[in-house]
Amino acid sequence: MNEKTLKRVDIIFTPEKNYNEVLERTFRRPNSDILNDILDSGLRGRGGAGFPTGMKWKYTADQESENKYVICNADEGEPGTFKDRQILTQVPYKVFSGMAICAKIVGAKEGYIYLRGEYKYLQAEIEEELNIFHQTLDKLKFHFRIYLRMGSGAYICGEESALFESMEGKRGEPRNKPPYPTVSGFRGQPTVINNVETLVYAMMICDMGPEQFKELGSKDSRGSKVFSVSGDTPIAGIYELELGMHLENFVEDFGDGDTKAVQVGGASGFCVPRKKFSDTIIGFEGVPTGGSMKLFNSSRSMYHVLQNYLEFFEEESCGQCTPCRVGCQQLLKGIEAVKKGKKNSAYLDRLIRLATTMKYASKCGLGQSVGNSFVSIVTNFREEMIY
Amino acid sequence: MDEVKALVNGLANKHGRTRESLLPILQGVVDKMRYLSSEAMTEVARELDLSAAQVFGTATFYSFLDTQPRGKYVIRICKTISCDMHGKRDVLQTIEEILKIRIGETTSNRKFTLLETNCLGWCHKAPAMLINDEPYTELNADKVRDIINEYIRK
Ligand SMILES: Cc1cc2nc3c(=O)[nH]c(=O)nc-3n(C[C@H](O)[C@H](O)[C@H](O)COP(=O)(O)O)c2cc1C
Ligand code: SF4
Repeated sequence: MNEKTLKRVDIIFTPEKNYNEVLERTFRRPNSDILNDILDSGLRGRGGAGFPTGMKWKYTADQESENKYVICNADEGEPGTFKDRQILTQVPYKVFSGMAICAKIVGAKEGYIYLRGEYKYLQAEIEEELNIFHQTLDKLKFHFRIYLRMGSGAYICGEESALFESMEGKRGEPRNKPPYPTVSGFRGQPTVINNVETLVYAMMICDMGPEQFKELGSKDSRGSKVFSVSGDTPIAGIYELELGMHLENFVEDFGDGDTKAVQVGGASGFCVPRKKFSDTIIGFEGVPTGGSMKLFNSSRSMYHVLQNYLEFFEEESCGQCTPCRVGCQQLLKGIEAVKKGKKNSAYLDRLIRLATTMKYASKCGLGQSVGNSFVSIVTNFREEMIY
Repeated sequence: MDEVKALVNGLANKHGRTRESLLPILQGVVDKMRYLSSEAMTEVARELDLSAAQVFGTATFYSFLDTQPRGKYVIRICKTISCDMHGKRDVLQTIEEILKIRIGETTSNRKFTLLETNCLGWCHKAPAMLINDEPYTELNADKVRDIINEYIRK
């Protein structure tokens, strides 16, 4: 490979030996100071939606309640995302420490990790590590316990309110919002729910201060991010990179020389075609991503890619609201009909209108984001949908 | 039947008898029996004082809480795009040939069930599959033949 253009960052996976010192130092600081650092760092959620983490913590801290919760979202179901498992296996104590710091600030006594069923082989290991972590907390005289809950093969349970439903022993059907989790989350109590990676960054900001984090990235996307790189690339894997990078540089580093498109953000993200690589920025000001970067070279059929995504959504839609339940089915049937010549090409425009309607009419983020990949693939690769 | 009763009772003692215990209990039953029989679901309903419909309705929402009889080893092969691009079809075909079953089927000796599943989170090591809880990655026809043969001998 040629010289790398992108800056590699090493914050998340640095050794975690001294996590108890970081906790000790942080527990001694006033909540408002810690919170100011998190706010000042500009850290935004790494699970996809990008909500400012400090604000989420502050809103929850401001609520009056005896029972608040901190939840680590380790459902990692977005196709093409595989970094949270790596973080949880490599630096588990950083994740737990992030939860404990959050608990201190918001005033929570219980935390939960919701781990997807696909990662059940990690359960025993994490439970053992939690036992050790609890001993550390006892030594620091901090009263907080973290419990592990398992998912059972449902992508929608990564959506925060569906995750609460699932933890409450019910079908993972998203709730109406508002109220937001900061007001009414798990068991109807104020709850912070953060992605695995977000919690580690929060902990690391407490360790190294907000300045070093702030220096990285761009104005709207501070810091770095862990990317899951897969598809047609000679170096698939997990990489921590600065946010705000140009997609063109990313493809130079990771592509196989024949990249025709990059799917940014998984099945619910956006497809960027080659001609737009140079003016696409990866970050909240451009194309955001929960970390999934999937490269496709010119041997791939984008029709096939879209069909695969729609089959995914059709299965994983919880079926609770009509625009999403019926919409996913119709989009899939629709592109298949066009491909077979049973519908003419103008039908694609009707399907785009349907996907756009779903964005506005669906109850949760699943149905609302089906249109991201649908519209970006169909508009950029229209001829592949037809012939 | 008594076995199911004892299992559910043990799980309820461990996880509690509230609605929140439902998922851990159902997961525990699947761990042992590989699926939720109607007897098991009725028993869980009785233990937790829920209606059988509530238990069934919750169970059927989750793709890993099977309500159909499954083999001792449940193979779930990832069908999402990266695995599909990197030779999932060869792997699937090899399994189908060895076990003489198709997707959704169980071998007549009740040892294996073959299923497809959505993204397992191993796209950088595609194609991937789970056998019960254990992930297997970077598969190809030869590799999967060895793995399945090993399970056959178990
Ligand atoms: C369909 C769907 C699936 C989601 N899956 C995940 C997931 O697997 N992991 C995750 O952290 N967030 C997921 N989210 C986002 C969560 O709802 C939530 O915004 C996030 O956990 C908040 O954490 P953050 O602020 O640290 O990003 C999903 C959202 C939707 C709509
Ligand atoms: S948008 Fe889809 S997944 Fe979300 S509530 Fe509606 S049917 Fe369920």
